[in-house]
Amino acid sequence: MFDFYFEIPLVIRLFLQGLAVIMVIFPIAGACSMAERKVAAWIQDRPGPNRAVVPWVAWIPFLGTFLQRLGIFHVMADGGKMLFKEDSLPGHVNKFYFVLAPIVAMIPALTTVVVVPFGAYLDAAGKIIPVGLAPLDVGILAVFAVSSLGVYSMILAGWASNSKYPFLGSVRASAQLISYELSMALSVLPVFLWVNAPGMEATMGFGRVVEFQSQPGFLGGMWFGFLMPLSAFIFFVALFAETNRQPFDTVESESDLVGSFHTEYGAFKWGLFFVAEYSHMIVGSGVFMLLFGGGWNPLPWVPLADLVGWLAQITPLASHPLFVGVLSISIFLGKVLAMIFLFMWVRWTLPRFRYDQVMKIGWQRLLPLSIANLLFYAIAIAFIQK
Amino acid sequence: MAVITVERKPLTFLERTYLPQIAGGLKTTLKHLVAPKKTLEYPEQRPAIPTGYRGVPTLVMDPNGREKCVSCQLCEFVCPPKAIRITPGEIPADQPDRAHVEKGPKAFDIDMLRCIYCGLCQEVCPEEAIFLQNQFSMSGYSREEMVNHKDRLYELGGTLPDAHFKWDKKKAAEEHGNAH
Repeated sequence: MFDFYFEIPLVIRLFLQGLAVIMVIFPIAGACSMAERKVAAWIQDRPGPNRAVVPWVAWIPFLGTFLQRLGIFHVMADGGKMLFKEDSLPGHVNKFYFVLAPIVAMIPALTTVVVVPFGAYLDAAGKIIPVGLAPLDVGILAVFAVSSLGVYSMILAGWASNSKYPFLGSVRASAQLISYELSMALSVLPVFLWVNAPGMEATMGFGRVVEFQSQPGFLGGMWFGFLMPLSAFIFFVALFAETNRQPFDTVESESDLVGSFHTEYGAFKWGLFFVAEYSHMIVGSGVFMLLFGGGWNPLPWVPLADLVGWLAQITPLASHPLFVGVLSISIFLGKVLAMIFLFMWVRWTLPRFRYDQVMKIGWQRLLPLSIANLLFYAIAIAFIQK
Repeated sequence: MAVITVERKPLTFLERTYLPQIAGGLKTTLKHLVAPKKTLEYPEQRPAIPTGYRGVPTLVMDPNGREKCVSCQLCEFVCPPKAIRITPGEIPADQPDRAHVEKGPKAFDIDMLRCIYCGLCQEVCPEEAIFLQNQFSMSGYSREEMVNHKDRLYELGGTLPDAHFKWDKKKAAEEHGNAH
């Protein structure tokens, strides 16, 4: 049925796949900025943006008003404004690096998606095959390596802006991202110690991690979030710091740094920084869900294969690879969006940590905790998998 | 005054981790997330105007449809930002229903770019002819548009109930032969 697709040359096919993923990530990142405004409003007892509407949608009796109240069209209004605004280039900036910074922000943000599988299907033998752009064996290493390049965009932006607050912001950004990267990397090691059991082919990819979370039995079906709560917690906290989200928002703290590294930016260049931030959040949430939240498994102890088996009893169409793929991708996307909501919920709840507190939490609390956690699980796994 | 020394308790381990506090905060914000919204959506929903509200100053007519203002110019003199400009005039002889009214303004302008909504004009008016009523938003595209002329002022003001019927009493007194 889809044979014509596999007859297209591989390069074009990969290009189309990559484009498809970007076409999903980019609007989601845009919609996230809208959701952010909406969640902020709801938490503050306001209805939030609810005015913009396209006339022919407003004519639809019930749905039109609902969509307008939901503020769907403000995404377009915001995006359109950002595109058509005057793209100012201040006189005192280092022009080349100033323009380069938002581009450098976008590249790692969209590159990390490549190694993250976002769904799965069952092949003829009933084996789960992950769906992703390039499900490489280096997986988590590639995510860490590429996503940490994102800090260069902030350093570049802050330095090229050639003014005080952006510079301070970029200094903070580099210090913060380096501090939390350590505990983040150490916190995921137990997971990979566990999935690389003796006698198995070594991998740092995500496919095996999810496979381990969808085994039968009480311990097998348990998500790693329950099995290694401390790892999950450290990773979660470090994720907030890495994506510069509240309460680790010191990089952007508008009260003491105006707008930090993007103070001098406007229009679409400014917008790119935010799309990059939200893309980081989406990929980070995706990685968290793969490692600790069961990936594309609908519920703890209910693997995807079981769900498909039940659905197949109702209709044989359910075991079609296309249906399974769409189902698993929507489950995974749903989990990621739930994480994004959590990000926003936390943002509008907690005040920002002071910069020295951020450093203290990173180096004196999370790092020793993650080392202790790693030692504990290393010893425990050595005994269990002996 | 006795000084009571309150012992400061050291934080418990859980308090030092800060996590129960975070959970409590998240619970509070979640409550607000689903709570009914408190916003008044302005152009569609209007706020309730309390009595005694000082909105845009207007001129009012008496229940007989006559203008109450006699152009005494007290409001013009009292107006702190000099927003009011009155040109006094006589009552035309061909209007029998206004025959007993002493005078009337030929022109009455209030510059709303100057007006500070202090309400002194209303306070000082001996004829109860000028009132700061409920309208609270004034806008226009030019300076000229922001000056309320006489016809506009009466249009905004309308008719208010009158307790005195001064001119009716004056007319009745004149008909009985004792002016004042």
